Amino acid sequence: MYDKGKVLIGLAIFVIAALSIVGYNATMGDVDSFRTDGKPGPEKPVGHDKCVKETAYMQTSHMVLLNEWRDEVIREGKRELVETVGGEMVEKSLQNGCMGCHISKVKFCDRCHDYTNVKPYCWDCHLAPVEAPASKEAH
Amino acid sequence: MVEKILKGNGLYWGWLSLLLMIMGAGAVSYLVQFNYGLGATGMSRDVTWGIYISQFTFLVGVAAGGLMLVLPYYLHDYKSFGRITILGEFMAIAAIVMCLMFIIADLGQPMRATNVLLHPSPRSMLFYDMIVLNGYLFLNVLCGAVVLVSEYKGIKYPNWIKPFIYLSIPWAISIHTVTAFLYSGLAGRHFWLTAVLAPRFLASAFAAGPALLLIIALIMERTAGFDVGRTAKNKLVTIIGYAAILNFFLLGCEIFTGYYSNMPGHMHTLDYLFFGLVDHSTGIMHNNLVPFMRAFVVMGFAGIALLFISRKAKSDAMLGTACVLIFVAFWIDKGLGLVLGGFVPSPMEHVVEYVPTVVEIGVALGVWATGFFVLTLLYKLVVVVKRRSEDLLEIN
Amino acid sequence: MDNTRRKFLKLAGLTAAAGVGTTLLGSKAMASGGGGHAAPAHGGHAEVAPTGTRYGIVIDTGKFHDNPGLAQKCQDVCHSYHNVPDFGNPKDEIKWIWTDKFANVFPEHSHYRRDERLLSMDIIAMCNHCDNPPYVKACPTQATFKNADGAVMMDFHRCIGCRFCMAACPYGARSFNWRSPRGVDKEGHPFIKKYNQRFPSRMRGVVEKCSLCSWRTKKGKDPLCVEEACKTASDAMIFGDLNDKNSKIAKLLSSKFTIQRKPALGTHPSIFYII
Repeated sequence: MYDKGKVLIGLAIFVIAALSIVGYNATMGDVDSFRTDGKPGPEKPVGHDKCVKETAYMQTSHMVLLNEWRDEVIREGKRELVETVGGEMVEKSLQNGCMGCHISKVKFCDRCHDYTNVKPYCWDCHLAPVEAPASKEAH
Repeated sequence: MVEKILKGNGLYWGWLSLLLMIMGAGAVSYLVQFNYGLGATGMSRDVTWGIYISQFTFLVGVAAGGLMLVLPYYLHDYKSFGRITILGEFMAIAAIVMCLMFIIADLGQPMRATNVLLHPSPRSMLFYDMIVLNGYLFLNVLCGAVVLVSEYKGIKYPNWIKPFIYLSIPWAISIHTVTAFLYSGLAGRHFWLTAVLAPRFLASAFAAGPALLLIIALIMERTAGFDVGRTAKNKLVTIIGYAAILNFFLLGCEIFTGYYSNMPGHMHTLDYLFFGLVDHSTGIMHNNLVPFMRAFVVMGFAGIALLFISRKAKSDAMLGTACVLIFVAFWIDKGLGLVLGGFVPSPMEHVVEYVPTVVEIGVALGVWATGFFVLTLLYKLVVVVKRRSEDLLEIN
Repeated sequence: MDNTRRKFLKLAGLTAAAGVGTTLLGSKAMASGGGGHAAPAHGGHAEVAPTGTRYGIVIDTGKFHDNPGLAQKCQDVCHSYHNVPDFGNPKDEIKWIWTDKFANVFPEHSHYRRDERLLSMDIIAMCNHCDNPPYVKACPTQATFKNADGAVMMDFHRCIGCRFCMAACPYGARSFNWRSPRGVDKEGHPFIKKYNQRFPSRMRGVVEKCSLCSWRTKKGKDPLCVEEACKTASDAMIFGDLNDKNSKIAKLLSSKFTIQRKPALGTHPSIFYII
């Protein structure tokens, strides 16, 4: 069509702009919150070594499980307790189940979420466990 | 073809800049609301919809009103509308754009808007409203673009577009019917719970939509030399006039049913809108909307009278004034009274009034400015194309 | 045996709630709608054939009148447990259970020459957990729905804040988070005075309402308000399954004169009042 040159220049600018965002994150991104070896290192609960599913599943799919629980509890009224891999019985609830063992949101949830720059909206409504004053309450 | 919108005189650019400034103010207002929540508006627990939803309702009407320009031309082969049919289609596009923006502005959780698609609820009238509004937007963009491009090329529009044009006619009726059903299907709200709501919506739409179009056409006649033609104007007078009369007739039916039946629920909102309503638990009189609603009646009737006089007198000034009167009157009727009035009294029969905040008015003006911005660009395109095709005709 | 019956009933309720049973709901609405039009006062009580559990409450207004402050206690217990914020103004107000005068709770009833006691009484108002809730069909995302126990629930995760349900509810039972409930007022006091760590708060931009304490009733406990009311005045509020002929509430309803709010609308409220 018309103005091939202008179109190409425009495209080039767009590609550079898009790439620059990736470049910025790769080089200048916030790395302070990570451990020295670059891994997030969430703190696991003391006294409970098994979760409701295998660790590998929980690492990749805990949000899927939470969504399933949410729909079961609220929409289907299935409020019965669930059994952990280790045989404990826990409530199907983020606030009253998960956080019963994982007593620190800051040291468990936030570590990985900050690392992967994920901002789940769970804590807009659900209350995080009360922690030492140093750790700010989720808002 | 599209690049033609970049050529215009000072007035054109001045107008666009003004709109851009209002849009900017609207964006800032929306940011304030987005960060604070909908509490930044005047809406409350008892009046849960304000000017956003009322503008939305009114603008669905403006969009549907475009039908009155499309139907005579395509179904009845009414040639005099040849120049303005496309204006009707493009006005519908701008109006739907505004409608969708008003809906988003009204959502408490706009980021979750896609939930309507993720969890489709075929029993909800809002579900159907989403379908018909987006469908109508698509149809008008498609038909308008194809017809205009054909005209630009100096050929007749292709035959494959015809089914879409014919489909857009009943579709226009559907958008306003479904919008009326949002209200008229609610058991607890007496003012809205009436079978004539959808017909009344259509009547006021078929008056307000073409009235706005005629106002714009008259302005374009002066600023862009775009002549609609006396025959088309006269026909529009008939359409607007009868639709406006029909709206008043249906309002009269509501008033008769309410007051003759003497049913308290049917009278309360009418009382509130035209005379004021006393909250029986506090004894306080509430009548915020009374001056507006009375002005609506006076302006509406004056507009209708002036409309027919203007045709006799062949006066564009009178015609313009009449259209402004009718448009503003019906904006008050549907864009203010209908939605706000429906919430009074509250389900517990308290009277709570609503006054929009500055933020809210800012957002609303921003949306209107966006609509007019889109409309201006589209109409600019129409003017350019029409001039070119007419030049082509003269050469041939 | 009881368990299988419950399961079946839950399933039946679920299909209805999920909208699969639209025909079922449709025929229900027709059957009751007809009665509602012919004779409003009668129609509301001419309930459809019972299907599944249908929890309801009978409120004995006289007992609340005789115990001033009791209704306030019920509200406090409910609102503090559920982290309901207090914004201190009627515009932003959020309430799950509250009181109003007879003329406001029962606007369709005559209050001409009623006795002073009745007219001055503070009567509890709350969600009616209607058998035919008008806003469940209005909601464009199924964020509000009827659960298997007959309680009308809110899924705050899904609500887009369109407030169509607030326009559709004939009882003013729903509240909207016009601003963040986690915020603070001008003096720095939080809107939620004391957070209950056992229950979530809500976020701004969603609608909320009474859930008939479904998290308690599932475990066989009474809703908080009922439990609180009965601490002071026994049977001031009675909770139970309306569809179970042998339940206390069903027996009470068949022996006492009770009224429902706005029965002519065909919503079939599950909250009954002894006046």
